Amino acid sequence: MMDPGKTLQPPTGQPPSPVAAAPKLMAGVLFGLAFGFLLQKGGVGKFNVLIGQLLLQDFTVAKVMLTAIVVGMIGVFTLLHFGKVNLHIKPTRIGANVIGGLLFGAGFALLGYCPGTVAAALGQGSWDALFGMAGLVAGSWIFAGLSGWSKRTVEKWGDFGKVLLPDLLRLPRTAFAIGLAVVLIMIILVLERFTIR
Amino acid sequence: MRKRRKCASLLGGFALLPMSIAVAAEPAVNALNYPGPAWSPYVVGAGIGMLSWLTFYFSDKPIGASSFYAHIAGFLGKLIAPRHTQSLAYFKDKPPRVSWGFVFVVATIVGGAIAALTGGEFANEWLPPMWEGRFGASIALRAAIGFGGGLLMAFGARLAGGCTSGHGISGTMQLNPASWIAVICLFIGGIAVAIPLFSL
Repeated sequence: MMDPGKTLQPPTGQPPSPVAAAPKLMAGVLFGLAFGFLLQKGGVGKFNVLIGQLLLQDFTVAKVMLTAIVVGMIGVFTLLHFGKVNLHIKPTRIGANVIGGLLFGAGFALLGYCPGTVAAALGQGSWDALFGMAGLVAGSWIFAGLSGWSKRTVEKWGDFGKVLLPDLLRLPRTAFAIGLAVVLIMIILVLERFTIR
Repeated sequence: MRKRRKCASLLGGFALLPMSIAVAAEPAVNALNYPGPAWSPYVVGAGIGMLSWLTFYFSDKPIGASSFYAHIAGFLGKLIAPRHTQSLAYFKDKPPRVSWGFVFVVATIVGGAIAALTGGEFANEWLPPMWEGRFGASIALRAAIGFGGGLLMAFGARLAGGCTSGHGISGTMQLNPASWIAVICLFIGGIAVAIPLFSL
């Protein structure tokens, strides 16, 4: 049984090379092409669709995300059951998750694209994506500059480490995933019934 | 001392932001007056979900985007100030690298281009029409707000540990509480800023 969040990196003493192995990169290119293609076709490279979601006028983003979560969850937990995949769990740190999420949302509303959709937007010829990408690089740099401080402070507030919701609630994982899928599908049905787009 | 001054000027800049926006804003806009998606959101969502199966199975990776920008920041930092860059805690943990996630985002740009060109949706524009309808035709204003938005977003993503893809889709599907908290806060923050910005 594999632990959530366990990485497969071999514990070598040498620092990793600055460029990953070619087959690995090739896979990344293929999956990235598919991701960008789907994002653009789904309209989530479009400024008005993304801002429309934050204005609660256009629910395309919620529909895409909820469907992706349900489909992805069913497949990933099935593969996990047969020992075919590892989970990749980021630590739950309530302070950092809440503050980071709120700041992210505010920035998202100002730019109108998020870090993945801004890439699809650039490909789609929405050149204003470039301003956002420059800002994303700058913001990453500023965070790196403060990362020593944030590690000592914000990231310690409500630190639960790498956990799963069902483990935290002491519920069986499979049952929890099925229950959540049912709830999310019901939300999708409600959205489909009551939203224009 | 110098750091504090930098911080203060940054905060001052953000304090001026709402004022410049208020001056530029035209009447409220409706997102539904502009073009929607080419494909059904359910087809696209299911496609992204299935793509996740493949990335987990073949690459042992979840889909994510925001770390790409941190790698670029690290590469630029190494060029400009190598010793300072190497001293930063974040880059000690995650040295900049042309990794799977890096080429994934570069390819996302190309994938978006293929989809737009084959679907007759190539925009070739500097200002989204909805932005122009609200804030007018100044590219400089769009650049300033867009840059500021990107900056805040990356800072938030690094603090929270991911973005709309890494937390919002990949983390939530793995039942990670961090991701559910982050994505809910993301929408709260986004709605709280977008509504005064566009529909008041």
